[in-house]
Amino acid sequence: MQDLEKYILRIADSSLILSHRLSEWCSKGPSLEEDIALSNISLDLLGQANSLLEYCGKINGTKTADDLAFKRGEREFFNFQICEQENGHFGDTIARQFLFDSFTLLFFKKLSESKDEILSAIALKSIKEINYHLRHSSNWVLRLGDGTATSKEKIQNSFNKIWKYTGEFFEMDQLDLKMLDLKIGVNNNQLKKEWDIIVNDTLKKAKLNRPEDGFMMTGSKNGIHTELLGKILSEMQYIPRAYPDAKW
Amino acid sequence: MNKAATIWEVFIQSKNGLPHKHVGNVHAEDKEMALQNARDLYTRRNEGSCIWVVKSEHIVSSVPEDEESFFDPANDKVYRHPTFYDLPDGAKHI
Repeated sequence: MQDLEKYILRIADSSLILSHRLSEWCSKGPSLEEDIALSNISLDLLGQANSLLEYCGKINGTKTADDLAFKRGEREFFNFQICEQENGHFGDTIARQFLFDSFTLLFFKKLSESKDEILSAIALKSIKEINYHLRHSSNWVLRLGDGTATSKEKIQNSFNKIWKYTGEFFEMDQLDLKMLDLKIGVNNNQLKKEWDIIVNDTLKKAKLNRPEDGFMMTGSKNGIHTELLGKILSEMQYIPRAYPDAKW
Repeated sequence: MNKAATIWEVFIQSKNGLPHKHVGNVHAEDKEMALQNARDLYTRRNEGSCIWVVKSEHIVSSVPEDEESFFDPANDKVYRHPTFYDLPDGAKHI
């Protein structure tokens, strides 16, 4: 696999897997309005993943976006582990979404300056969507954190539980450094400062405590995942695997 | 969302310069969320360029019993309609 291909897959897979997670809310949202909001965000993420996977397929030359989404196994997926974590209750989903949105907004802003024109174009288009996602998720963080005693306790616990998956956002391995050198990739490490500001600011306004940066999960850059990804894939890939090349 | 959530009426302006049209309503606890919900529910397919949300309770409506006294007197006064004028070609949205 080419370096660029793998670099794009990492970005695409995070959008794809989180999109699938959010789609699980469809018809189960806490209100009709929120059901549609979460499904909208899921579809935006799916669109981003699709553009990226199509580009990846083009570089690859032999695989389509569908092949890449539906015919890879767990160890060949490179999404951040935070994306595969369970929806839990609404507060869990919002905490996960807020942390992810605030990172991806910064990431795509930098990626829009990439020397790779297609990556830069996809990033530019995605920024508009992510701006809205972040507005949605941070509005809910504020309301749940600064809401009732119960909602505050619940979302504080959500943040405490999910925090250990945020370390992966800022990791840089050999491949990332190489892409950064070529002015194609982003320096994730450098995003931490700005991410801290967004997150600290929102948590403070929501009267929530920022969890300590303690033990952090890692591994997704090399295809290492929590047990949850396998379950997602078995559901997501069932139809294409049972009926290969089925058309609709 | 609890059942007592406030209802907001949603008005969408499809294009700059056109009037905002009523499209439906949403539930929300406050105005920011009402706007957000309206955006998600009513502008998913490129319907708008501007959204207004107004608390339903702030809308004053006539009631069916008012219908006769409100609207019937206009029935036989054709001279109130601008049908006796030729519209200039350049006039739009009339």
